[in-house]
Amino acid sequence: MSKRSIVPFGPQHPVLPEPIHLDLVLEDEKVVEAIPSIGFIHRGLEKLVEKRNFHDYMYVIERIMDVEIPDRAKYLRTIWCEMSRLHSHLLWLGLLADAFGFESLFMHCWRMRETILDMFEASTGGRVIFSVNKIGGVLKDMDNSMLRTFVDMFDKMEEEVRQLTNVFLKDYTVANRLKGVGILTKEDAVLYGAVGPMMRAAGIESDTRKLGYAAYGDIDFDIITGKDCDSFSRCEVRINEIFQSFNIIRQAVAKIPEGPVSVDVKGNPNGEAFVRLEQPRGEAIFYFRGNGTQFLNRARVRTPTFANIPSLVKILEGCDFADVPILVLTIDPCVSCTER
Amino acid sequence: MAKITKSPWLLHYDGSSCNGCDIEVLACLTPVYDVERFGIINTGNPKHADIFLVTGGINEKNKAVVKQLYDQMPEPKVVVAVGICACNGGVFKDAYNIIGGVDKAIPVDVYVPGCAARPEAIIDGVVKALGVLDEKQKAFKEAKKKKGAEK
Repeated sequence: MSKRSIVPFGPQHPVLPEPIHLDLVLEDEKVVEAIPSIGFIHRGLEKLVEKRNFHDYMYVIERIMDVEIPDRAKYLRTIWCEMSRLHSHLLWLGLLADAFGFESLFMHCWRMRETILDMFEASTGGRVIFSVNKIGGVLKDMDNSMLRTFVDMFDKMEEEVRQLTNVFLKDYTVANRLKGVGILTKEDAVLYGAVGPMMRAAGIESDTRKLGYAAYGDIDFDIITGKDCDSFSRCEVRINEIFQSFNIIRQAVAKIPEGPVSVDVKGNPNGEAFVRLEQPRGEAIFYFRGNGTQFLNRARVRTPTFANIPSLVKILEGCDFADVPILVLTIDPCVSCTER
Repeated sequence: MAKITKSPWLLHYDGSSCNGCDIEVLACLTPVYDVERFGIINTGNPKHADIFLVTGGINEKNKAVVKQLYDQMPEPKVVVAVGICACNGGVFKDAYNIIGGVDKAIPVDVYVPGCAARPEAIIDGVVKALGVLDEKQKAFKEAKKKKGAEK
């Protein structure tokens, strides 16, 4: 047995937009064990609810207060959710390309993502933080001409995205870096509680959107799964989800009913609610408890990245040292979300 | 700032932000905003960097990391605080472990407000930082000359 050495990875690392620290135990060029440590961006959001007004947290409060929001607002939320998924997956594809050194591919992914951000800006006013939801509905309506324009733009974009994703799926340099790397078997995915594309790439059919929150109940879509359980499979699942999102948006625009976009809500939340949502990175869980005042008693948020860290540690065991940045990226880490 | 006298390289670090400003910093580097036209590239190495972009209100654990990165950068250097959290703690000001702004940890030269800070604002901040960098460079050279004369 060769000598073991420990290489620190992060918190500041060129491949990471956010700080996470891993102690990599190496034997020559092989990683034997990875020990993660987080906390660099912990802000104490769950404690902050005791100091900040409850109006900052929408859907869960609506569940506590038993508010039924108008149908049009549900559809608008669905459309914005899917647009978020589109831009998030394009962002991830770009970061992945950057991690294996394909700079021009990274630039093209992010160029396309900007179109979606422009749409966000036109419809909500913000590029990253939208502040468009409120308790009882949404603050801004998208009129039908805007929705039609968006669908036209998505039609054009779909063709461009297809050309782009062909590079990921057919280029041999990409395949060489991703195929057979970072295998998380179906059994391990269950054991380590993987969520989102990470889990679906291991062949498990599960998608929280199928619970039918917002307008997802009225929309026809299949759960996308992969079968090879490796990094390439995770890339493939996310690419297919991009095209699925285009489809969902088209269906939602075709079916969106007329009507108001919000209802008035009076009073303070009293009681508790537990909500599961499918974010681009996987299933997120929210739990809030109100006590009848304008401040909440308890909040709990479990984000998909947090659920995927055990799987990450698992796939890092036995991998090549040079593959570590790519494997860290394949879980689509959002460390800021994880640490709240 | 009349003209750019060098190709400034920048270092970006997430000092406990929500990732909103961080993706906007990255968006600055990509085709639509493209700061590379000013000769700016994002380096992962603090020892190569002239400009330090920090986002977020910095928590207790991250304070030491930000300080260390700052110390590793060669003089002259400029720090840009990106986003309202980096300026004064923003929405997380009341959180128990947020120190409330980058300037509580290291000296800051340029403040870019916004939630999330827009790419245009970030680029404007970086261009302002270039002016500050020029001045610091001049002062640095003069101090060196003075030191040489004394010997």
